[in-house]
Amino acid sequence: MAASLFYFFVFPGILFAATVGALLSWFDRKISARVQFRKGPPLLQPFYDFFKLLLVKETILPKQGSPLVFLLAPVLAVFGAAMSGVFILLPLFNITTGFRGDLLVIFYLLTVPSFSYIIGALASGNPLAAVGGSREMKLILGYEVTFLLVIAGVIMKCGQHFDLNTIIQTQQDGSPFIGSVSGVILFIVAIFCVQAKLALVPFDMPEAEAEITEGIFIEYSGAAYAMIKLAKYIMFFILPAFIVALLMGGFNLHGINILWAVLKVIAVVLLLTLIKNTNPRLKIKQAIKFFMIWMNLLAVIALVLIAFGL
Amino acid sequence: MGFKSYCFKKSLWVFHFGGASCNNCDIEILDCLTPRHDLERFGILLVGSIRHADVLLVNGIINHHDKERLIEIYNQAPKPILVVAIGACGCTGGLFTESYTFAGPVDKVIPVNAYVPGCPPKPEAIIAGIVKLVNNS
Ligand code: SF4
Repeated sequence: MAASLFYFFVFPGILFAATVGALLSWFDRKISARVQFRKGPPLLQPFYDFFKLLLVKETILPKQGSPLVFLLAPVLAVFGAAMSGVFILLPLFNITTGFRGDLLVIFYLLTVPSFSYIIGALASGNPLAAVGGSREMKLILGYEVTFLLVIAGVIMKCGQHFDLNTIIQTQQDGSPFIGSVSGVILFIVAIFCVQAKLALVPFDMPEAEAEITEGIFIEYSGAAYAMIKLAKYIMFFILPAFIVALLMGGFNLHGINILWAVLKVIAVVLLLTLIKNTNPRLKIKQAIKFFMIWMNLLAVIALVLIAFGL
Repeated sequence: MGFKSYCFKKSLWVFHFGGASCNNCDIEILDCLTPRHDLERFGILLVGSIRHADVLLVNGIINHHDKERLIEIYNQAPKPILVVAIGACGCTGGLFTESYTFAGPVDKVIPVNAYVPGCPPKPEAIIAGIVKLVNNS
């Protein structure tokens, strides 16, 4: 019991994942700033933002709509993010518990934050939040099938094993999946899915700042918004870590290899940031088309290649 | 200086309310966020929703139409909120003082924490104003 609580709250759960995620989100902002020839924020900026929202600012409840659901949604988002974080990071750090990292459980837990954002947005009674919520819903419909296909590809590649432990072990005994043609294709598709899951720029229409002024988060302030930031920080770490686990051989935690593990995560985040900084926002229709047709096509090609053993 | 106020100072999110201005001040405010001045290195961000704002930048005079909206925006903001009046118009009314649409400079409508005069103020002046505001609050 105590061990499980420690796993959930401290390592590798909320505290650890959120700290690393916050540092990665600083990295994201810094790289964005450098791309635009700016200096960028200081290292601890995400922590200042979080504690300011949590401790200083007032939380305003919506007059219309349902305050209880409005406040519960961010908590649910943090719960979903932390839960999937634990299930992804335990196999990655090679900590053996009873749970062996069932991919389908992780897949469903990863959608919890997006769904709770929608619930919170619709509970706030703000029309712009409703627009954001409906966009997020359509976006989920777009990328979720593709993401499932990527996971199916990985499962096929390691010989019908559903658990993350075996997938990582197979890659560490042999070579990482990304070293083959199908692996590269799966990696490209997975990067775009993660981009959409994190709502980074080509796919940030749910919170489009310029048109619907942060959309789903428009009514959140103070501590409730801090919870959303927390969930976002956690997701910003665990989704790249998930890609590393699925396709790039996971972490090897012996001596100098730790550096290699850190570099892998940073490389994935760097790729996400560069895509974010070099693309304009798509319309929701274009985004769905992009996933439904092109990304699904790529994923299916990868599946066929895997079936032929490439 | 407590931990709370330190975090607050390090992460000011700005919401921009454009009153009835001649648009020069708006341009100078946007200049602060460009690579040359880059306010993000102090943690200052421009946000789209008043619910996330810590600083309300108001420029231009407040006319009869703007008045209600400015009061509503101010009431919608989560406290503590700092208000900065930008430009001669925001501080006193500037060259529009005798206009028939004039409903008072910003501080007649909502309490103001800092004034940045100038027509328009340079980005450097706006940054200096915000630094003074942060150090005194
Ligand atoms: S202060 Fe000067 S530049 Fe600024 S809005 Fe007024 S007239 Fe325009």
